[in-house]
Amino acid sequence: MNKAEILVIGSGPAGLKASLSAAEQGAGVALLERDSFLGGQLVKQTHMFFGSKEQYASERGFKIAEKLNLEAEEHPNIKILKDATVLGYYEEGIVSLEVKGKFATIKPAAIIIATGAQENTLMFPNCDLPGIYGAGAVQTLMNVYGVLPGKRVAMVGAGNIGVIVSYQLLQAGVEVPVIIEAMPHIGAYHVHASKVRRMGVPIYTSHTVLSAHGSESLEKITMAEIDQDRNPVTGTEKDLEVDVLCIAVGLTPLTEILFQAGCKMAYIPELGGHVPLRSDNLETSVPNIFVAGDVGGIEEASAAMVEGSIAGLTAAFNLGYGKESYAGLLAAAKRELDHLRRGPVGEKIRIGLESLSSFVEVK
Amino acid sequence: MRIQVHPILEFKKGKKISFTYDGKTVEGYEGEPIAAALHAAGVRVLSHSRNYKRPRGFWCAIGNCSSCNMRVNGIPNVRTCVEPLQSGMIVETQQGRGAIGGALNE
Repeated sequence: MNKAEILVIGSGPAGLKASLSAAEQGAGVALLERDSFLGGQLVKQTHMFFGSKEQYASERGFKIAEKLNLEAEEHPNIKILKDATVLGYYEEGIVSLEVKGKFATIKPAAIIIATGAQENTLMFPNCDLPGIYGAGAVQTLMNVYGVLPGKRVAMVGAGNIGVIVSYQLLQAGVEVPVIIEAMPHIGAYHVHASKVRRMGVPIYTSHTVLSAHGSESLEKITMAEIDQDRNPVTGTEKDLEVDVLCIAVGLTPLTEILFQAGCKMAYIPELGGHVPLRSDNLETSVPNIFVAGDVGGIEEASAAMVEGSIAGLTAAFNLGYGKESYAGLLAAAKRELDHLRRGPVGEKIRIGLESLSSFVEVK
Repeated sequence: MRIQVHPILEFKKGKKISFTYDGKTVEGYEGEPIAAALHAAGVRVLSHSRNYKRPRGFWCAIGNCSSCNMRVNGIPNVRTCVEPLQSGMIVETQQGRGAIGGALNE
């Protein structure tokens, strides 16, 4: 059995920051990543981030990943395990994993779960045809491996992901004839939405995909307007020839380990599904198990990084570490998080966190 | 279909290698996911649903959804969206659900 002080599961923005923050305080960290590279979804983000200097404003996601990866790889307190997938959590606090094809177990004193999220699907006839891809898959193909997902791609979802990926498709030379959004308004930041509109991509709000067509893979979709009750309006059906339909209709937290570890969970639609109850310092109902990032509620990478810092600092402090800098860093991170969640952009997450806090108090 | 020029990104590719897909020789770059190489070569159907044999392709591309499972070098249920491509790999469309230790149950 391997021993680790703090086990961080997932090396996306939350896990990387959690590892670095805990290691900086002097704790030993084992950082697990199921992929063969660190960075999670950051590696496919080509757009520039907002926020303050601390949040890497004006830097592109993949550049932030490069920076953090290097810091983690060079840190003497961080042991990185790539190609390592967690298999299960056992009562005694033992975590089993598969590392490069071999079975292993590890017993950490604290765990920070930063597993992220998976994409939601959308149901309509033939929604399983090849050519109908999640927005993450399109980004992976195009931005990581330089493979074009198709020639003509219709996008579903005018939230930030849908609009940003549409822009990335245009950058890669792909035609985007339409963005289809079920809500009556555009969810994305206006700076992103107006950019694709200027490039001639129409955004159809109050519209949905009725069905897909094709024998072996996607050839055509039928879209239509929907009314207030989300029923299709007869006579508005329209066929569109596309070889890819990209689905960007939100994410669901990847919570399996939290459930298995017995963390108290609550279903909060605004946060994307089941999420763990947790303290202000992101400790769940199981002592020394923390969450950070999308697994605790769908937000965005900047917030995930700050949450990572909070969880990492606290996990280290609970184990008896904590330098003079601890209290100041924790307070600063919490201020940053509050700041990120201000205004209309953070409204959904604020509502979600509010209803989460109405569940049983976690000490 | 591969991106030749991109305004922001540079793609670091491995060396060009060949592998077989259902007996046909296909080219790809070493280390990229098998499914990415297949997609670039125009292959979009990677598997079939268990009961109704409906064609299935990529969905998540991060090893979550099993929509891209194929038989690679005789091993069934390989997640081709995350499995790195190597020279000479034998990639096949999987028939049935695959079995541990061989062709039983397929």
